[in-house]
Amino acid sequence: MMKKLLALAATACLALPAFAQQAPNELVQQVTEEVLEIVRKDRDIQNGSTAKVIDLVDKKVLPHFNFTRMTALAVGKDWRKANPQQQQQLTGEFKTLLVRTYANALTGYRNQKVVYKPFRMQPEETDVLVRTEVQQPGSKPIQLDYSLERQDSAWKVYDVTVAGISLVTNYRDQFGQEVRNGGIDGLIASVAAKNRSLEANQARADKK
Amino acid sequence: MMLSRSPIGRVCRALLAAGLLLAGGGAVAEGNPRDPYEGFNRNMFAVNEAVDKYVAKPVAHAYDNAAPLPVKSAVGNFFGNAGDLWIGVNGALQGKFADAGIDFGRLLINSTVGIFGLFDVASEMGLERHDEDFGQTLAVWGVGDGGYVFLPVLGPRTLRDTAAWGVDYLGDPVRYFEPTGVRNGAGVVRLVDVRASLLPSDKIVEEAALDKYAYIRDAYLQSRRNKVFDGRPPRSDDDY
Repeated sequence: MMKKLLALAATACLALPAFAQQAPNELVQQVTEEVLEIVRKDRDIQNGSTAKVIDLVDKKVLPHFNFTRMTALAVGKDWRKANPQQQQQLTGEFKTLLVRTYANALTGYRNQKVVYKPFRMQPEETDVLVRTEVQQPGSKPIQLDYSLERQDSAWKVYDVTVAGISLVTNYRDQFGQEVRNGGIDGLIASVAAKNRSLEANQARADKK
Repeated sequence: MMLSRSPIGRVCRALLAAGLLLAGGGAVAEGNPRDPYEGFNRNMFAVNEAVDKYVAKPVAHAYDNAAPLPVKSAVGNFFGNAGDLWIGVNGALQGKFADAGIDFGRLLINSTVGIFGLFDVASEMGLERHDEDFGQTLAVWGVGDGGYVFLPVLGPRTLRDTAAWGVDYLGDPVRYFEPTGVRNGAGVVRLVDVRASLLPSDKIVEEAALDKYAYIRDAYLQSRRNKVFDGRPPRSDDDY
């Protein structure tokens, strides 16, 4: 009897990390609230300091994103044509581009409120959708959904959908076009060129 | 002449166009199967960019800066309320009778307690606004989208939604405003209000897109699909 109890206790201890793991909807809520709290207090961000917001996104948001999966999803079937080094390069450039998009959305943040939709999942699920809604005075609420997958012990976001538009798969046709024109390297070069031109624009804006 | 002026004539034309697009939908040119008229569309897109840059955007900016938030909010609510009737009709046509009931309830509450729709009291009471139009009704009835078209001022659409827009136009209460001056004025204010509401996303699209035309096209097609499925579209297969 005692042995059985001990065995049970041991299993419970082993299983504990799985229980301690944060649920995906709680993760989304915690990160969102944390980031919005900082944005609300930071005058520089409200005045449109892209650099500062990118820094914030880098520290608080990025650790919870799986950019390799995101890039693969954006590229679609051409992803298999890329060698590991190309995949890595492309992921790096795409990440820079997406972070800037996300940061821009945050500098536009004013009096919005984020509402978290009811969430249910089975314990064995590894791929879930967390639904939220951004409410703002005088406008229609905007649907903002996160797709997450379980990676080892943590949940990682691999897609963000705004009003039904996936910020990731929206690139698929554009990327496909680039691959048809100049191969995987051509695609990497054009995303890199886009990033450089945006950085140059920002540098010019900061000088003013 | 009579045919094009009367409402029935307009419906006939819309249905005719819908029939034509169904017939033409099978022919897929090289390139993007969802964008069979890409050459034409890109030209129209360029025209629209110019109109937007020199007319629509400056006017929207001026409105956005001049009008205080309560005014903008009242304008948005007013046109939202005017639209609830047609939203309800389309909800019912798609068999969503509970939703349609809510839409008609919203119209009733906002038109009275909300003072001619200037205040969206119904939303505060928890009666959520839906988003329906005749294009979505056709989609629910199984009509294919017929390919993407971009038209100046009207912006991105599919052929199906362009045809359906003719029917939506009949269901638009602003069309029945009297006299003509009020009707046209209201139409313009609504256009400006819609454009102003899109201002915040301008920079994002500008910076995010490798090809602005394709980015807007694909965002529009995703967004329509999302609306047809009422915010819960089935996942598309990710083949990589």
